[in-house]
Amino acid sequence: MILDYIPIFLVLIFSAIIGGAIVFSSKLFGPYSPNKIKQLSYESGKDPVGTTHERISVKYYLVAMLFIIFDIEVIYVYPWAVQFKTLFGEHGLFAFIPMLIFLIVLELGFLYIFVKGGLKWD
Amino acid sequence: MLSIPIEYYLILSAFMFIVGVTGVLIRRNAIVVFMCIELMLNAANLSLVAFSSYHGNPVGQIFVFFVMTVAAAEATVGLAIIIAIFRNKLTVNVDEINIFKW
Amino acid sequence: MPFSNQEYLHLLPFIIIGVGIVFSVVIELITKKSREILPWFSILLFFSTALYSIYTIHNKYILFNGMIQVGGKAAIFNFIFNFAALLITMSSIGYLKKYGSNFGEYYILIQSAVLGMMVMAGSKDILMIFLGLELMSICFYVLAGLNRKKHSANEASLKYFLLGAFATGFVVYGIALIYGVTATTKIDILIQNFSAQSSNIIFVTGLILFIIGFSFKIAAFPFHMWVPDVYQGSATTVTGIMSTAGKAAAFSVLIITLTAVYTVNSPNIFSPYFAAIATLSMLFGSIVALTQDNLKRMLAYSSISHAGYMAIGLTASNSYSISGIIFYLAAYTFMNIGAFSIISIIEGENDSRTNIQNITGLNASKPMLAAFMSLFMFALAGIPPLAGFFGKYYVFIGAIKSGFTWLAIIGVFSSVISVYFYLRVVVFMYFKNPTEDINTDTSTFSYSAVIISGAMVLLLGLMPDLLLNLILSVVNW
Repeated sequence: MILDYIPIFLVLIFSAIIGGAIVFSSKLFGPYSPNKIKQLSYESGKDPVGTTHERISVKYYLVAMLFIIFDIEVIYVYPWAVQFKTLFGEHGLFAFIPMLIFLIVLELGFLYIFVKGGLKWD
Repeated sequence: MLSIPIEYYLILSAFMFIVGVTGVLIRRNAIVVFMCIELMLNAANLSLVAFSSYHGNPVGQIFVFFVMTVAAAEATVGLAIIIAIFRNKLTVNVDEINIFKW
Repeated sequence: MPFSNQEYLHLLPFIIIGVGIVFSVVIELITKKSREILPWFSILLFFSTALYSIYTIHNKYILFNGMIQVGGKAAIFNFIFNFAALLITMSSIGYLKKYGSNFGEYYILIQSAVLGMMVMAGSKDILMIFLGLELMSICFYVLAGLNRKKHSANEASLKYFLLGAFATGFVVYGIALIYGVTATTKIDILIQNFSAQSSNIIFVTGLILFIIGFSFKIAAFPFHMWVPDVYQGSATTVTGIMSTAGKAAAFSVLIITLTAVYTVNSPNIFSPYFAAIATLSMLFGSIVALTQDNLKRMLAYSSISHAGYMAIGLTASNSYSISGIIFYLAAYTFMNIGAFSIISIIEGENDSRTNIQNITGLNASKPMLAAFMSLFMFALAGIPPLAGFFGKYYVFIGAIKSGFTWLAIIGVFSSVISVYFYLRVVVFMYFKNPTEDINTDTSTFSYSAVIISGAMVLLLGLMPDLLLNLILSVVNW
């Protein structure tokens, strides 16, 4: 029924109010000193206009590489998390401990990178 | 419910696989060669998922999880090797990487 | 708990190595002295796993809902892998300092590669084959390029990586097609369905792609392009394990997937394929090796021809020839690791002194090294009564039993060609005057690796029945 959608409308209205309030209050109370760089459109920190064959620092690739691994390994956690209630009901702690071991090994890898300085930018 | 026949997926995946193989054989930039290899793996993933849904058997989808994670690990090692070679030789063209006869 | 405690107990070899890897990473993290501790820790791990594998050879179990097998053939392969890694670790201790990649990670990567091989040899599910293959291959890509300042190592690593990943693409696509037809990844179920599916074009295409992918990994002829460059460019000890244990692991997968197919007494549809790659690899490897001056490159081409001899066993595909392959792999492991250990001892800094001219007159300065090198060369050439001879002998007998006499004749012919370049090494060591003084590094551990390999080559040569009967008793598992 249409009444069932009222909570959604409420959420929409409240988020519009809060979002608008934040944007306008910063306009109202914040200092405003525009310069050329600040006026550029936002491109995730890159220069929005320029040559397309720009060279990227090789350090970027190092971080990107490490990101790929830790990003993708999370894929194993999703199906486990979705099924966790059923699994826990059936197997008890056994549903939990293997994932714990997996995450510990994964974090050990992260710690290894950190200690070896793989995340240092300089 | 109208569903896409499995042949369509298979043809698309075979096409992707062939594009990948051709790319590996004719491209000379190590990064592009590597991207073509990833394309081959993704072609296999597409087949696996299509077959999995066709048979109503989840094994194929689980296999795809493993293929994806392993491909990520492989990508990391591959990029690291390419960076190491770029730092030494300032090129990633596989024709110029020729201390040994190819 | 879905799995019993008993199952974890049987999985002990995998647990030893797996937990060992985690501990090694922790050691690497917390102490700067890891490069002194880790070799010993690795040796301990490999030694205990090898012993345990031999101990459990007659206790065969299939664990975790038919995912992995311990005991039987897998135990013999585990023994080969761990023994190879043990010897390589011993000869690495002195070599790595000279080569300039004395990192603790080296040992961790070898441990991980061995774990991958063990998973491959024990797999009862295609998923496990894939995971083991990738664990092994990725470690080898890194090991090949571990010295990242060295151009040759970079190049070897890149070539190995690109072609290895290319082969993986074939394997995965093949697996996808096989799964698509049979809706299962369990090898045992696949085998039961084999004769029903053997006329299905998608199934056969998948199987062919799978086999082509592994032909890359065993370094057989049309897929051999990476072998010489990678073997020459990598660190000598890395080449040692790559060419022996790596090849054994790839063969173990072919044996697991294909021999089971043969036992369903359908005609072996892959015989022509393996006969072709066997013939081409044997002849190509032997003939090209004749012209090589670099010892590592020469052994790389000889490795191609040895892959050919082993592929004869896959062509014949009776239980005798399969046992022959496993025996051959064990023998090849010891003789090749011995030869590479000696090269690692004589090798100078920056890849220098790996040419055949550099060992001229080795007998005058290092008679013991020269004697062992000749032993390994004779064994590789297949001169009786050394291990290499019996490897070839069993494989050829198996081929004759299945009616592939012509293949055995080509094999003998190719062995005769190969005698030339193996004996050339011996001639250089004994019958020429030294042109430069050979100052070898005097690491005791490298020498002990050489001595152990030599002893195993002699033992397998003088008492081949010891191992062969063991293999024959478990080959159908």
